[in-house]
Amino acid sequence: MTEGLLEIAGVSRHFGGLRALSEVSLSVPEGEVHALIGPNGAGKTTLIHQLSGAQTPDAGTIRFAGEDVTRLPMHTRVARGIARSWQVTNVFTRLSALDNVALAVQGRQRDWGGSFRFWAAVDKERAIVDEAAMWLAEVGLAGRERSIAGSLAHGEQRQLELALALATRPRLLLLDEPMAGMGPEESERVVELIERLGRKVTLLLVEHDMDAVFRLADRISVLVGGRLICTGLPDDVRVHPEVRKAYLGEDVA
Amino acid sequence: MIQLILEQALNGLQFGLMLFLLAAGLTLVFGIMDMINLAHGSLYMVGAYLAAAAAAASGSFVIGVLAAVAGTAVVGALLEVAVLRRLYARDHLAQVLATFALILIANEAVRWVWGDQPMLLNAPEALAGPVEIAGFSYPAYRLLIIAVGVAVALALYVVVAKTRVGMWVRAGASNREMTEALGVNVKRLFTLVFAAGAGLCALAGALLGPLLAVQVGMGESILILAFVVIVIGGIGSIRGALAGSLLVGVVDTLGRALLPWLLRAFLPAEVASNLGPALAAILIYLLMAAILFWKPAGLLPARG
Amino acid sequence: MAGVGMKSALYRQSARRRGLAVAALVALAALPLLLQAIGQDFYVSFAARLLIFALAATGLNFIVGFGGMVAFGHAAFFGAGAYTVAILAQHGVTSAFVAWPAAAGLAALLALGIGAVSLRTRGVYFIMITLAFAQMIYYLFISLKTWGGDDGLSLPARSGFGPLHLGDDAVFYWVVLACLAAVLFLLDRIAHARFGRVLQAIRENESRMEALGYPVAAYQLACFVIGGTLAGLAGALIANHGLLASPNLLHWTQSGTLLVMVIVGGVGALYGGFAGALTLLLLEEALAAVTGHWHVALGLLLLGVVFYAPRGVAAYLHGLVTRRQNDD
Repeated sequence: MTEGLLEIAGVSRHFGGLRALSEVSLSVPEGEVHALIGPNGAGKTTLIHQLSGAQTPDAGTIRFAGEDVTRLPMHTRVARGIARSWQVTNVFTRLSALDNVALAVQGRQRDWGGSFRFWAAVDKERAIVDEAAMWLAEVGLAGRERSIAGSLAHGEQRQLELALALATRPRLLLLDEPMAGMGPEESERVVELIERLGRKVTLLLVEHDMDAVFRLADRISVLVGGRLICTGLPDDVRVHPEVRKAYLGEDVA
Repeated sequence: MIQLILEQALNGLQFGLMLFLLAAGLTLVFGIMDMINLAHGSLYMVGAYLAAAAAAASGSFVIGVLAAVAGTAVVGALLEVAVLRRLYARDHLAQVLATFALILIANEAVRWVWGDQPMLLNAPEALAGPVEIAGFSYPAYRLLIIAVGVAVALALYVVVAKTRVGMWVRAGASNREMTEALGVNVKRLFTLVFAAGAGLCALAGALLGPLLAVQVGMGESILILAFVVIVIGGIGSIRGALAGSLLVGVVDTLGRALLPWLLRAFLPAEVASNLGPALAAILIYLLMAAILFWKPAGLLPARG
Repeated sequence: MAGVGMKSALYRQSARRRGLAVAALVALAALPLLLQAIGQDFYVSFAARLLIFALAATGLNFIVGFGGMVAFGHAAFFGAGAYTVAILAQHGVTSAFVAWPAAAGLAALLALGIGAVSLRTRGVYFIMITLAFAQMIYYLFISLKTWGGDDGLSLPARSGFGPLHLGDDAVFYWVVLACLAAVLFLLDRIAHARFGRVLQAIRENESRMEALGYPVAAYQLACFVIGGTLAGLAGALIANHGLLASPNLLHWTQSGTLLVMVIVGGVGALYGGFAGALTLLLLEEALAAVTGHWHVALGLLLLGVVFYAPRGVAAYLHGLVTRRQNDD
């Protein structure tokens, strides 16, 4: 079997006496839209933290594009091509939408010392500004460039958050509940956006909205109590007895 | 030689215990309130001055010390209620500016009341001489300081580790929201902790009074040492403050006594006599840098 | 929600402010001539001192206001710059072209070392550690007899600056003014450049920047070093001003004073350091003339700033004026 873009092997993480993750192993091939579901407190966000580099696992390894990234700091992983969005919106609330995304674009620049440039005005760097505007259009925020991020509607902030992650040009995008707190119309917009994205980058999606999950995901993994109890095609997961017992049993039935 | 080392080690222990009296209150304020308080050293100074004044008025060292502890605790509580309470929610910059302002005011106020000249605070007559221990003589008064320091450290440990108030304080240091959720009157707890910290400061100031000069500005240099202690031990941790205090006290004292002598063994006398004191003066800061490098959260952090 | 009228918090300089800056520069350049004309030559030296402190405070404001790091050890770099000039002069090196860059360079190295260790920590820890390291430098200098110990190290004369004779107070003032103007211009460029943008965004949301691929600590360290370098230059100037590298320059109260200047003048404002130095030093002069216990008055005023003008005196006054205009 060939190695997937993301290879998680035996990852565990404890907080004091609490086992948040126990020997989680998962392989996500390039191009897949992979959904991670499970009840609250199952360890989904904790797993995202290990992958993005916000935390380091106590045991196990994480390989990305053939390289062991388990101990790499977050910013290095971003440079390798792993980006994430947050469950709670995390943008620069006091900056304009365009300035927000421009920072993400600028972070990718490797010419002439990258961001260690002290003289030329960045406002005048057309390449950065234009690309930032392009990403805003991509997520459906065209026309909102000058708006202060903190004044955008909740759904718009979620879209901006996606634009920030996309502008780092990731190969793997970790989405932590992108639809959290959204109304049905906003959710539909984001689902369409993710559908489009799924054709371009590999996605690991944590989501509670089961309709969205079964519509978007190529494969689904179920995390319960820090353990991965099954991974498979949506139709297989839907009928998996342990999943029904542990998780879906609460909702379906 | 052995005798010199032993004597200096005892001096270091004594200095460390006094540092602990300062650092204990400070680390709790930092830990519980996430607040930087530069004026803590001013309470130490106020304590020393009150002790000197009360001892002079009453003729009794013990009364001086007790009056200083009580008086400074009251000053600390007033300070907390009047000024510091309004700073907890502010950013660190505002806290730095406000407590820096308090130092200016305190120093000038002390100068106003007691004048520019250092004040005299004499150790009690009975303890003026040396005592014999294990074959060498050691000042009786310094032994008293060690005894008081150990007693207070133990008492503090019992209060923080075993009593209900102590439990609140520990809970507050590691998780403030949780403590509030438990229904503890956090406001009153803060005032209490602050007053107790001020009292401990005054105790240190009064006990060290006969050894060091009681003068304006005495609080600041020792305050920075207390910072070093807290950084080494870990913010919010009483055990950390104790470990850090003893480490700093002993290393600093032994360093000053032994480093020049050690250097003379390797270097020309002239270089050694110049370099020795300099190296001894920065020794604890190098120690702090090294500990930070390996353990950025301190030796015995209160959180996680 | 507001939004249309709000401006992005990223620092932008308007053309009008640039015009004001040029006008202020011309006025400041004319000051010595004016003072000489009215026979108050003494104040030329005072004005030079004021500008030097403005330079040091500007460097600190870059760290605190722009970089978002509450550093409490700026005196270390200020004093190190002063001592470098004095020590070089002791060894016969009196050219400003050598001594001043050396002072700035040594301060930069010191900032690199102190910053690298201190930036492993955050918040209250960072404040205490920068303070402790500065105190270490202080004790180092006062315990070295070769460098004057408690008395400090005096300079035989001001540095030579090519054909310029810095012994003349007005000429020295102009050189200081030129340094300050050049630094402010440079910092303005930095604020608009890629580096400045990154710093401001880190101040806004550190973890988000890390997640955009920025090695946050490296940028903060660079910022810390730039601020320290400026303090080193200011130190070189202050040693020349009073012909003395005094341990007082290294003392922790000096760090406190500079930080007070920054807060009073306006944290993160380009001219905050300047406004703060101006306010504090003039206030000191005025209060000291009125009362011997002026520290109490100063302390009470600072408490007033904390509780009533948290964004600095300039912003407070500006707010008063606009409020009155709105009332009309």
